[in-house]
Amino acid sequence: MKRPLRIAAAALLAAAMIFAIGTARAADTLTIGFTVSQTGALNVDSLAQLRGFEMWRDDVNAAGGIKAGGKRYQVQFVTYDDQSQGSHVQQLYTRLIVQDKAQFLFSPYSSGLVATAAIISEQYGALMMSIGGAEAKTYQLGNKYLFQTYTPADNYLTGALDAVKQKKPGATIALVYSDDPFSKAVANATRDQAKERGLKIVLDESYPPDQADFSAIINKIVSAKPDALLGGGHYPDGATLTRQIYDQKAGLKWITLLVAPDSGQFATLGPAALGVSVPSQWAPQVTYKPDFGPTSAVFAKRFQDKYNTPSDYHSAGGYAGGLIFQHAIEQANSIDPAKVAEALNKTNVTTLFGATKFSTDPKSHGLQIAHQMVMTQWQMKGGQLVKQVVWPSAAATSPLLYPIH
Amino acid sequence: MHQLRQPFFWIIVVFTALFMAPLWDGDVQLRESLILAAIYIILASNLNLVTGYAGYVNFGSIVFFGLGGYIGVWLTVEGWSLPAAALVAGIVVSALAFLFGRGILRLRGPYFALATIGVNEAVKAFVSNFAPWGGASGIYISLDSYLPLGGPRQALWTIYLLVVAVMGASLLLSYFVKASKFGLGLLAIGQNEDAASVLGVPTPFYKAAAYAVSAFLPAMAGAFYFFKSAFIQPVDAFDLGFSVEIIVMLMLGGQGTVTGAALGAFLYEELRGRLLVLQNFADFQLVIAGGLLLLIVTFAPGGLMGWVHGRWPKTRKFLP
Amino acid sequence: MFGLLASIIDGLLVGSVYGMTAMGLTLIWGVMNVINFAHGASIVAGMFAVFLICRALGVPAYATLPPILVLGFGVGIGIYWVAVHRVIGRAPLMRLLSTFAVNMILIGLGTALWGTVLFNVQVDVPGISIEGYTFPGTHLVAAALTCLIAALLYLLLQHTKMGKAIRAVAGNREAAELVGIPTSKVLALAFGLGVALAFVSGALIATMFPFTVLSGGSYQLKSFVVTVLGGLGNPAGALLGGVALGLVEGLTTPFMPVSWTTVVEFVLFIFVLIAFPRGLFNFTFRRR
Repeated sequence: MKRPLRIAAAALLAAAMIFAIGTARAADTLTIGFTVSQTGALNVDSLAQLRGFEMWRDDVNAAGGIKAGGKRYQVQFVTYDDQSQGSHVQQLYTRLIVQDKAQFLFSPYSSGLVATAAIISEQYGALMMSIGGAEAKTYQLGNKYLFQTYTPADNYLTGALDAVKQKKPGATIALVYSDDPFSKAVANATRDQAKERGLKIVLDESYPPDQADFSAIINKIVSAKPDALLGGGHYPDGATLTRQIYDQKAGLKWITLLVAPDSGQFATLGPAALGVSVPSQWAPQVTYKPDFGPTSAVFAKRFQDKYNTPSDYHSAGGYAGGLIFQHAIEQANSIDPAKVAEALNKTNVTTLFGATKFSTDPKSHGLQIAHQMVMTQWQMKGGQLVKQVVWPSAAATSPLLYPIH
Repeated sequence: MHQLRQPFFWIIVVFTALFMAPLWDGDVQLRESLILAAIYIILASNLNLVTGYAGYVNFGSIVFFGLGGYIGVWLTVEGWSLPAAALVAGIVVSALAFLFGRGILRLRGPYFALATIGVNEAVKAFVSNFAPWGGASGIYISLDSYLPLGGPRQALWTIYLLVVAVMGASLLLSYFVKASKFGLGLLAIGQNEDAASVLGVPTPFYKAAAYAVSAFLPAMAGAFYFFKSAFIQPVDAFDLGFSVEIIVMLMLGGQGTVTGAALGAFLYEELRGRLLVLQNFADFQLVIAGGLLLLIVTFAPGGLMGWVHGRWPKTRKFLP
Repeated sequence: MFGLLASIIDGLLVGSVYGMTAMGLTLIWGVMNVINFAHGASIVAGMFAVFLICRALGVPAYATLPPILVLGFGVGIGIYWVAVHRVIGRAPLMRLLSTFAVNMILIGLGTALWGTVLFNVQVDVPGISIEGYTFPGTHLVAAALTCLIAALLYLLLQHTKMGKAIRAVAGNREAAELVGIPTSKVLALAFGLGVALAFVSGALIATMFPFTVLSGGSYQLKSFVVTVLGGLGNPAGALLGGVALGLVEGLTTPFMPVSWTTVVEFVLFIFVLIAFPRGLFNFTFRRR
């Protein structure tokens, strides 16, 4: 008999909330559609991003909605599970626009899925905020309605290269990365950047995104005797690689992997996680002075309280993406996509996430050109694994741990 | 061409014409649902030639669709017009299928089924490493490529009409093959290959020909589909799970029948579209498809059309 | 120089586990001409069984193997009566599709239950390090256990009444029926045995590598390759096929990018299937 009671209580509460919002003048809603990878290889990072979106939505609605053209719009989401599969993304985004009448779109998570979804914004003239699609190529195809909030993939590993060079000029590097659009774009850029810095790449290997056994690759790493390992991909492969490097004692002095170590879950790898670093779009410790919205510290605390899990750059990116979108609507003072796009073209702001400015060059329209990255590293603090900002030095919360083994 | 006087020929013509409905009032929603149904019908109908008629289970039929998509997309990026690129994709994939078919069709039953999985995985692994096609990152289509078709939005209508045309062609192909001597030979192979061979059916050639023919239209459909997507990558192009779903469609409608392949594909698209958007039930898409398949296999191996034909034997004649 | 040797040794260790994953598949094929497409799901079930039992009882991972064997046996017999029994002797299409359907159902349920997050079973077995190359303890133990289990399977098939019945049914079902062997029950037992082997191999893999609900697919594909190398229907061949595949991986990886090994594997797969449809190591127990 407990269950019906609880449902009744929840219904009452919901009714009360609707009433409360109703009295604050409701009626006008703004529908934003997007897909989330609830399942599949990308779900860890995609769900973090979803929480960022939801927290922004709740904040906006609690504050009375987005102001535009003398009205206040409550934000409403329509979402589907894309199962981390590109083939579902297009079908679902089309449905979001055509059937669910979404007025604006957020992107799915990851470069591969954003590449698949991007064309929809052109086909239907819908504005899409891209959050979590770092690969730059998607923004160089001539899109007019796509805006990227992340630093493009080309710059992911520059910080790691600089850090390694500072600690050991002329260090040797193993580049081992997943065969997906994002990681490959990072690797292609890193190859040239390493050369510019006089760092030699002694091993250059890619592996399929669903790789489960890295022992062959680790043997090659041992044979090549590099100082540092750079690369990785997304969560499952990055975490597996980390564990096997530890099991097989590969003897690396430095490890920077993409995406995976940023997740709080990475700490479950225990001692294998120690010293592993990750290029990060954001960290809770960064101290940007936001033009609007909360500071990083406030966001991180509220996020922790709300979801009982630490925030990471995917969740902060989701929240900031919402903020920037809201700012553009308020600047445009309209919910007409063309006018909002115009406002986004002019956007030049700082939020908790850092600086944001979009390219207006027709060849790379919508590409992010102002945002900077940091690098975080898993370190021991009071007997516990925590992520510390270690690069750039100016923003560091703890000195860089080198060598890690 | 005595088939032109058969009612079923006109049923196909009318069915295909009904797909023009979205043009009436520019109904985008209907168009998007029907284009997927059309693609499923193309894939299921062509799979039917090898699996339904000749009894060879092709688990990897998606390789035709994916490879056609790659060739088509690559050629359009190189500046070819879409229909020409799709045609070349169809011809090349068909030719490859014929060559490969001579080899793997020597295998029977489960051995052949395993080989088709191997072919799909080998091609997927190869394309993932093939730099001119972008390897695992795939090929991106610039928006300029849509200008000849009137921009990205207008292009959707053109692509839709092309896909519907390929669907009509697939249905007619299934029908004409079934009514021909070639089709009879395939059905004989499906019943008892050794007996067919003894009775003078040139089984190796027939099998390879059926395999090659069944590759042509799916390859063209792949070119259109991935051009519409503006992006192609190996995991989407050679998705083994989707390949199996096509078999489920065929089994649902009734393998070996022209109507069944189309009906099964159409119904499956409806079902999948509904399940995909159910919050928290998307995972159950697999469970339901699997449960459906198990029920059909164990209790109604003839599928829907098998049941209809059994219930009303006269329908065999005008709904083959 | 030692790098190549290390790569080969590791290939052999992992290869023996591939062989183990394929043994169950090939046993079922040999006895009843059914390719168990629910093999991948069974492997994943074994992985989750280790994880869940370890978490619930806090016992070491290797202690869970006997109960998992029993569990897999029961599940296998269940699958047999639900999905396989009715399609034996029917057209190849039906025989192939029924277990595929079971696979879809199990994977779908698994995804609904656990999502697709990565699970990790912590096992601490010291490895052996030589000249900087480390052979992880988990790989060594898994290879040793594989050999042990293969030996037990051999004894079971050759020297027990159940094994003799299974071999009789595999050789000639009608004749076995005539001499009074309850063939349906024997088929169910054989299917249960095959699935039990898949469960245990999944459990061993879980001690070596982290896994998700979807991990079974790639091991199932590897099992197909191994089975074809070793000859369909031939458990001893499967073990050799697995070792051969591991050897191929070990030999090729030092000389070419790792992402190309998949291409090599599947091209080899198709080639062997066409050129040697009975496998490379065909000393089958069926015809004896």
